Amino acid sequence: MTTIKRRARYALLFLLMLVAVGVPAWAAFAPIRSDSRELVLEIPKGTFARRQAGEKFDLIPTEIRLTMGVKDVLVMKNHDDVPHLFGPVLIMPEQTFRLPFRKASTYLFTCPLHTSGLLTIVVESEPERGWARLRWRTAAAVQLTALL
Amino acid sequence: MQRVAALGGIFFAASFAMLFSAHALATSTAELRGGVFDPPRMAPDFSLKGSNGSELKLSSYRGKVVALAFGYTHCPGICPTTLAYLAEVRRMLGTGGADFQVVYVTVDPERDSVERLKAFLVSFDPTFVGGTGTPGQLATVRKDYGITVSDKIFVDKLPKSEYFLDHSSFVLLIDRVGQVRDMMPFGVSAADMEHDVKILLAK
Repeated sequence: MTTIKRRARYALLFLLMLVAVGVPAWAAFAPIRSDSRELVLEIPKGTFARRQAGEKFDLIPTEIRLTMGVKDVLVMKNHDDVPHLFGPVLIMPEQTFRLPFRKASTYLFTCPLHTSGLLTIVVESEPERGWARLRWRTAAAVQLTALL
Repeated sequence: MQRVAALGGIFFAASFAMLFSAHALATSTAELRGGVFDPPRMAPDFSLKGSNGSELKLSSYRGKVVALAFGYTHCPGICPTTLAYLAEVRRMLGTGGADFQVVYVTVDPERDSVERLKAFLVSFDPTFVGGTGTPGQLATVRKDYGITVSDKIFVDKLPKSEYFLDHSSFVLLIDRVGQVRDMMPFGVSAADMEHDVKILLAK
């Protein structure tokens, strides 16, 4: 019985070690694939009404990170009933604005949606295998959490 | 029988033409390198004092592709760069440049008189037209196009008359029928601008 418990414990430890090593290894070396190169941000219906009612919330993060060749097109959709200044541009109801990036750089746009008045869009080159790709995947996971 | 065949032929040709046009429109829009609005909206019209001494009415440029930019003549970096690029685009277009009009609306009516706008713009290209008006008129135009401008920014060592303004730095491209089609962010190359202007000119 003791031997079985010990074996089970070793197996669990081995599994944990495998995950601890395997996940970072996958993140660092697996090729980056993306179903779509578009990062879609949407203004839901009723946003203006919520703001008018005094509700305070951020529609978009102050910093958006994109990657050349992977996700390098920013798409902004307005589903509300009124026009919205979304990032740098005025988008009419049910209008979509699609902005492709052709160069890795940091772009600063005036944006009244944020207290700083600025929206930063960081467009990075596709990360090389290894440490750069691991860091990129970590940042992408953080950004995804922020958007959710 | 012949009539049925002829009608069938016409129907087939019309369907083919419609499909081809739809494909051509979709392809050309997808090819634009700037930010694309879908569906495009009509550019709100405005009437300001033009740097050429006449009324500057946006709708009077229907039939041309208009690059609409906002800024001020004391701007230290963004405006001179943008206008230099636009002048380069006009040169690159060659004879096609005759159908390309740059309209530059000031965000600083306090200092940008008609004369000052004219002298500033002519240094880039003699065809560029500037617009100014009352603060209220200009605020309406900015609101219609989603243009933002900061309060005056003063620098300690400069006199109070030498202030700066942060303002939206992109250029809007308006097609021949007056629709806002494309947004070119600051820093886009003259070649990319020319690419998009050519697509809009071809329609």
